[in-house]
Amino acid sequence: MSSSLPDPVRSAEGTAAAPPSHRSREADGPAAALAMEGPAVSPAPVIAAAAPPARRSWAPLLQATPLGLVLLFFFVFPLLATGVVSLWNYTEYSLVPDVTGRNYVEMFEGCGDLSNGLCTTFRTYISTLRLCGMVWAITLLLGFTVAYFLCFHVRSDSVRMGLFLLCTAPFLTSNVIRMISWIPLLGREGAVNQFLVGAGLADAPQDWLLFSPFSVVLAFVHLYTLFVVVPVFNSMMRIDHRLLEAARDAGASGWQTLWHVVVPLAKPGIVIGSIFVIVLVMGDFVTIGVMGGQQIASVGKIIQVQMSYLQFPAAAAQAVVLLALVLIIIAIMTKLVDIRREL
Amino acid sequence: METRGFGRRDALKAAAGAAAAALAAPAVHAQGPVVLRYVGTAVNQSKEIKDKVREDLGIVIEYVPVTSDDVVRRAVTQPNSFDILDSEYWMLKKIIPSGNLHGMDAKRIKLVDQITPVFTKGEIGGRKIGDQGTAPRKVSFLPAREAKSFATEQTQWMTLIPTTYNADTLGIRPDKIGRPVTSWADLLNPEFKGRAALLNIPSIGIMDAAMVVEATGQHKYADKGNMTRAEIDLTMKVLTEAKRAGQFRAFWKDFNESVNLMASGEVVIQSMWSPAVTAVRSKGVPCVYQPLKEGYRAWAAGFGIPKTLTGKKLDATYDFINWFLSGWAGAFLNRQGYYSAVLSTAKANMQPYEWAFWMEGKPAEQDIKAPDGTVMEKAGSVRDGGSYEARMGGVACWNAVMDENDYMVRKWNEFIAA
Repeated sequence: MSSSLPDPVRSAEGTAAAPPSHRSREADGPAAALAMEGPAVSPAPVIAAAAPPARRSWAPLLQATPLGLVLLFFFVFPLLATGVVSLWNYTEYSLVPDVTGRNYVEMFEGCGDLSNGLCTTFRTYISTLRLCGMVWAITLLLGFTVAYFLCFHVRSDSVRMGLFLLCTAPFLTSNVIRMISWIPLLGREGAVNQFLVGAGLADAPQDWLLFSPFSVVLAFVHLYTLFVVVPVFNSMMRIDHRLLEAARDAGASGWQTLWHVVVPLAKPGIVIGSIFVIVLVMGDFVTIGVMGGQQIASVGKIIQVQMSYLQFPAAAAQAVVLLALVLIIIAIMTKLVDIRREL
Repeated sequence: METRGFGRRDALKAAAGAAAAALAAPAVHAQGPVVLRYVGTAVNQSKEIKDKVREDLGIVIEYVPVTSDDVVRRAVTQPNSFDILDSEYWMLKKIIPSGNLHGMDAKRIKLVDQITPVFTKGEIGGRKIGDQGTAPRKVSFLPAREAKSFATEQTQWMTLIPTTYNADTLGIRPDKIGRPVTSWADLLNPEFKGRAALLNIPSIGIMDAAMVVEATGQHKYADKGNMTRAEIDLTMKVLTEAKRAGQFRAFWKDFNESVNLMASGEVVIQSMWSPAVTAVRSKGVPCVYQPLKEGYRAWAAGFGIPKTLTGKKLDATYDFINWFLSGWAGAFLNRQGYYSAVLSTAKANMQPYEWAFWMEGKPAEQDIKAPDGTVMEKAGSVRDGGSYEARMGGVACWNAVMDENDYMVRKWNEFIAA
């Protein structure tokens, strides 16, 4: 049995994994890379130029106009404004239109000198990225497991939908409430510590439960796992169950099927969920502030402090750097999987 | 024919009259009471005051609660979004240069001569009090109505009309500490490792830290409210070392956070505000607003008006401010442990035993009750820190904005990241 395993597995992999690998190969091509860059912008003029008959050429443009305007006013302009303001100078109480590198220079002040340890900016980004990495890994694992269970273990459609809706139930209360309700639970004299001490599992109340990276990650996982469950579930529901049967018939073990069939086919959902989680965590300052006892550095927190001291240009510069970083992360992920093709 | 004509005309008139009345009625309703948008920190926005203003003046106060930092931000960036600004005096160093507040005409404030000399001269009972930081005396007056810088002497134009002020110190849990605390140095004492908290408003937090640095004899500041860069570096170094050593359980920014930290036992010593101590105690948790030998860090707040305010709303604002000084509100604030700007009118609105307890530092002759009727202090107890003269006279410095504020904020961010 064991000797005959590899071949069928490979053939199962061949049938099941071929489509995604084919896709990803395509995605690496220059055409796909081009298509990835703002489809909303480029196709419209192309159509307008290529189709002389006047009436038809206007229709798609008009249809795209409302969304285009919304994006222009509420996305492009604010973004440009942020970029411009990040080059301004400022005083205690006013913004001074100018072109200065002051905000960027101050942000990276002392970053070249590693003798005193890392500079504030690097330390803050590393702290944020570390939290982000932990949250990402845990939400992904949890989200994938939940989605897998819903898709492949629950047989009845109605039960599946019922359970799926149950997953969204926590969203009926506000974000902040869900976060804050952890505090009395995890506190030094909270329920968890009372149990631990009462049951003799700990000699003294455990401080690391609250106002620590642990509590921050816990709150994030609680808040954002569903953002992974939904897209992964969506991707998994499209997987043809005959593929799994074929894999099993060909002798693949459960893990092999999971790794070589399900994961590749669920990739778009995984990437979309990851983008949600990463973007939300990287920009967060409320959860990190409340659950971390305001002691854990995050980029969002720095921006918030600067804003509250009216240092808008400095905050804008931080925001630009953060945006660049997040865009790079997303670019890398979308390079790995062509999401649009899958939707 | 004529009678019928008359009849028709009458009918028309009546109809027109009715229509006019019907049309006019909503207009009258729409005018209604004057609504004043009141921007300030939540801690000063009591429902009782709002209700009483409605009753006495017919003015509707619409509270807009924001954090201390947001008060400044609102005043500087959105001066049209409020009619009354409940601002602290240290904020004025940022707000006044923006020109968004107008000097208030002292002649329209009836009790202006009775405002305590803490604000006008920086003294109590003829004795000078601590002047470090942004003492109200330094920023109370403008040379002209629309000035953007402060006057050095008393003028007709006041930046804020003071409402309330207090001397802040550390709050402690005597039941968990079990020994007397007498110095600011204990905030960073390793004995309370992991059980101390600090205020996460950089400009105030750094002054608490400065009190500690002075208490431990590491440095003597010329002005804790206006440090040099070297002094900021030193202070932040002390704080950073404490943070790395795990001294702090959390930092708080909101009044309620400080109450929860203390009441839940997460923290046993922290910078605190007086009503927060009251709130902890009213939950039945022992908490003391501990007077310390190095003195208090004081703050003061008052009402300012935006330059855009005119006409009826402006008049209503002056009415409201005059009402605020006339006693009821003063007594209300004094009973919470704050101090009112005009003491004589507040005294007239308080029971003698209340005045003796809150203002004179005498043992309570009978139970002291909070405005909502719950017992705050049993008969026989004495207020932490004693009398008005003892507490306000012991002020060491005032909440402030430094000249090196930008640098300080950067250093504070560094501290949070450390």
